[in-house]
Amino acid sequence: MEKKEFHVIAETGIHARPATLLVQAASKFNSDITLEYQGKSVNLKSIMGVMSLGVGQNADVVISADGADEAEAIAAIAETMTKEGLAE
Amino acid sequence: MTKMLKGIAASDGIAAAKAYMLVQPDLSFSETSISDPEAEIKRLDDAVAASKSELEAIKQKATQNLGAEEAEVFEAHLTILADPEMIGQIENQIKNEKVNAEAALKSVTDMFISMFEGMTDNAYMQERAGDIRDVTKRVMSHLLGVTLPNPALIDEEVVIVAHDLTPSDTAQLDRNFVKGFITDIGGRTSHSAIMSRTLEIPAVVGSGSATTEIKEGDMVIIDGIAGDAVIDPTADQLAEYEQKAADFKAQKAEWQQLKDARSVSKDGKQVILGANIGTPKDVTGAVDNGAEAVGLFRSEFLYMDASELPTEEEQFKAYKEAVEGMDGKQVVVRTMDIGGDKDLPYLPLPEEENPFLGYRAIRISLDRQDIFRTQLRALLRASHYGRLAIMFPMIATVKEFKDAKAIFEEEKAKLVKEGIPVSDDIEVGMMMEIPAAAMIADKLAKYADFFSIGTNDLIQYSMAADRGNERVSYLYQPYNPSILRLIKNIIDASHKEGKWTGMCGEMAGDQVAVPLLLGLGLDEFSMSATSILKTRSLLKKLDSVKMQELAQKAVEDCETTEEVEALVAEYTK
Repeated sequence: MEKKEFHVIAETGIHARPATLLVQAASKFNSDITLEYQGKSVNLKSIMGVMSLGVGQNADVVISADGADEAEAIAAIAETMTKEGLAE
Repeated sequence: MTKMLKGIAASDGIAAAKAYMLVQPDLSFSETSISDPEAEIKRLDDAVAASKSELEAIKQKATQNLGAEEAEVFEAHLTILADPEMIGQIENQIKNEKVNAEAALKSVTDMFISMFEGMTDNAYMQERAGDIRDVTKRVMSHLLGVTLPNPALIDEEVVIVAHDLTPSDTAQLDRNFVKGFITDIGGRTSHSAIMSRTLEIPAVVGSGSATTEIKEGDMVIIDGIAGDAVIDPTADQLAEYEQKAADFKAQKAEWQQLKDARSVSKDGKQVILGANIGTPKDVTGAVDNGAEAVGLFRSEFLYMDASELPTEEEQFKAYKEAVEGMDGKQVVVRTMDIGGDKDLPYLPLPEEENPFLGYRAIRISLDRQDIFRTQLRALLRASHYGRLAIMFPMIATVKEFKDAKAIFEEEKAKLVKEGIPVSDDIEVGMMMEIPAAAMIADKLAKYADFFSIGTNDLIQYSMAADRGNERVSYLYQPYNPSILRLIKNIIDASHKEGKWTGMCGEMAGDQVAVPLLLGLGLDEFSMSATSILKTRSLLKKLDSVKMQELAQKAVEDCETTEEVEALVAEYTK
């Protein structure tokens, strides 16, 4: 299992377009990928799950991947986060 | 069988093509218990797969025809459709509760919809409820074996038949294939009518029964000049309308020769004919139709086509594009006119009993100065690139105008101090749409550089008649002496102070109103771009001195709108 913490910097948080981008990035991998925020954990491949968390600016979130391609998955998601200026 | 339909002429031109019914099919179903969950899940999967390939086709088509931005909504739909949690829950419900796929789909998506709708502090999420609803409808249609209309997929010439057209419907229409449209409801100033004129598509609105009288694939003639439609026409009728279409084309060509001409009456009195625009892109249409100015640039599109408040930079770019496109000709930008019938998803306004009499336009701007100042800064910066003027909507009192103008001056001083180039002769005026303001036009004229009469609201407020309410639509009387007197008061007051008055409502391009307005001394007429050349041609036939006499009689002697119309007919024959 791979884990990585992110600090959300995007003004809108993770609800507008960014949520779609993250879900699309996660959906390319076979691993089970989750997003954890304030003790709640959702499937990062589920747009509605992600949006329902209402992750705002300055939130601290943890993304975990479990499966054969877990390392690649975390790397790809981290890249999306930085490229889109979502989190650091 | 040939049938005639009568409606309201919304956009000039003649079109004949097969009908495309933009009508929602019946998606009702009954909940049943099933014995073979595997088979039922297969039905669901098939419907999801069919929806997916349909959405992919629509997305591709929309990207191609309308651009990536308009297509983005379909990408959002595809992401929802691929949501493993949602699909998983529907499958579980079929398995555990042994209900049909339709019932499971509805119950799970309803739950998500109400969850998103419940997030009242987040307008973006509330909007997503609409996306889930759209996706649910699509999957449901495949489960039930009915067809949803997909306007983005149209690839042959059609006439669109709809109950009403929403902005999102029209965004999906490809002008190359949509030859005309007809709706059940709406009037000359409804969204669908204004849109049809912007797109220059012949249209008839408010026909009452188009969606019930017309069937998919019927041949339909749309006469946007007379406001008629013919369903299933005979060969003779088709020939007659072809002739009419050819005549209209010839007339348009004749008008086209006036494109670079000045707008003068028969006896040489000059006025300005301007265009009303909604986005900087509309400048091309304005210039092509011979506009001498933009008399109204509605800035609302910046706020309405967005998921958050537009930044100063975004607004600056849009205003700059418009003033540069008009190449030194004046562009009058109206500051934010939100509220009333125009809501913003990300700026929730309290529900009001009478939104048209409520918190809207300048009332919001003076209260939410952060929003107003951002807009003014963007406008001021853009003023350096052309001839920009600013007007405030819904001014009722002298104090409101002075307050708004003071904020303008503050932002201007700040920019000058920051060393940002700002034009030194920006005219700052106001909309005249509230009767109270019209009554003290002489006072307001001391402060405002110009007036622009917004006839739709001025008439609705003067007559105390909601312009969207069909039961009282008879009170929409632009030629009623009461309205003409208000207009006269406004124009005279501005002239006394050496200022000018324009008109940016539908009335400015109305062929009965133009002779009256010329006679009343209106300086600038701003209208849908497509009405400009027709109006320029009409002006050439009018004698301004004679029209003054007409206007005086209409204002002083006439009692009813019918009397005024008869008088105009007499003076212009």
